[in-house]
Amino acid sequence: MRLVLLTASTGLAILTGLTELLRRRRLREKYAALWLVTAAFVVALSLYPSGPDLVAGLLGVRSGISLVLFLSVVFLLSICMHLTWEASRLDDKTRILSEEIALIRLERETGDQSTSPLPSGPVVLVPSPDGRHGHDG
Amino acid sequence: MVTTVERPVLVVVPALNEADCIRAVVGEIRTALPAADVLVVDDGSTDATAARARAAGALVASLPYNLGVGGAIRLGYRYAAARDYHAVVQIDADGQHDPRYAHALLDRLDAGADLVIGARFAGEGDYAVAGPRRWAMVVLGTVLSWLSGTRLTDVTSGMRAASRPLVEVFAVQYPVEYLGDTVETLAMAARRGFRVRQVPVAMRTRAGGRPSQRPLRACLYLVRVLLAVLLALIRR
Ligand SMILES: Nc1nc2c(ncn2[C@@H]2O[C@H](COP(=O)(O)OP(=O)(O)O)[C@@H](O)[C@H]2O)c(=O)[nH]1
Ligand SMILES: [Mg+2]
Repeated sequence: MRLVLLTASTGLAILTGLTELLRRRRLREKYAALWLVTAAFVVALSLYPSGPDLVAGLLGVRSGISLVLFLSVVFLLSICMHLTWEASRLDDKTRILSEEIALIRLERETGDQSTSPLPSGPVVLVPSPDGRHGHDG
Repeated sequence: MVTTVERPVLVVVPALNEADCIRAVVGEIRTALPAADVLVVDDGSTDATAARARAAGALVASLPYNLGVGGAIRLGYRYAAARDYHAVVQIDADGQHDPRYAHALLDRLDAGADLVIGARFAGEGDYAVAGPRRWAMVVLGTVLSWLSGTRLTDVTSGMRAASRPLVEVFAVQYPVEYLGDTVETLAMAARRGFRVRQVPVAMRTRAGGRPSQRPLRACLYLVRVLLAVLLALIRR
């Protein structure tokens, strides 16, 4: 019974924190969905602690705990990978912004818009063949 | 025959806090290549680099914060690609590159190359490096010579010239990571079938300011070189 209390309160705390972040518009929707599903899992797990054993039995894994541990490590690793990818993408974007700023400063200084304008449309991030992003202007 | 020198050339000069020498460097470039435009990419310098470069007659693009050499150079290529420059020459702002060799680089472009490296160890001058930094250069040289099908002795040299077709490629994607601007660009060019060549240049000691590469970091440098080579090899 004490175990159920521990797990259930953890699940509820996560849910509360998440709702609060959402309410304050601090989380993008794609992450909100992810964490809501996660919290639902945690709560379900806390209410039916024997659930994993059932699934483990079906999969041929000896104990439910190992299964839960394995899945959570995989889950956390993929979130980390996603976040580093996201950080690299944001870095690319801010780089392009600062390049644009430098070019605009230069144009303003020399007043050379007429002779040979820089591409003035939106800067499109194109996936480059090497998996990163470049500018298509 | 019209030589490259008479056609529009952009000299890109990455500069970070080089107020001590930027004026002399820009002056030298303008003397060596009177017809070329000089674009100093001021990468968030906190000193008078931008103002002095402007006073010396260069175009100055000031980045709002430091992007590193790769980011600064890419900005130069974007600028060149949006205009009808025939070639881009990269020259450091610290006075180590002698702009008089720019002609040699541009002539080599004309003779049929897309990326010309000004190599420090190819006979001219007396520039020497020892220890881990030297080993790093050997590893780099071997791998990149093999990739580009020609003997390259100084792949980390920042003195280069690029032809118009390559300028257009570099404007779209130029590696901005540490060492990417020198090492990975070479691998990129070679893999896309561009001709990479080198010409010997003499290098000088810095005219002022201080180098970003201190001897104590040489070992770390070696490790990063290995990583850069690995990335250059596996990235498409
Ligand atoms: N744009 C830009 N230029 C830089 C930066 N760090 C160094 N530089 C410039 O790059 C050139 C080469 O730098 P240096 O420290 O001499 O490197 P080394 O010659 O390879 O040892 C010089 O013109 C510097 O002003 C940076 O963060 N951004
Ligand atoms: Mg230097």
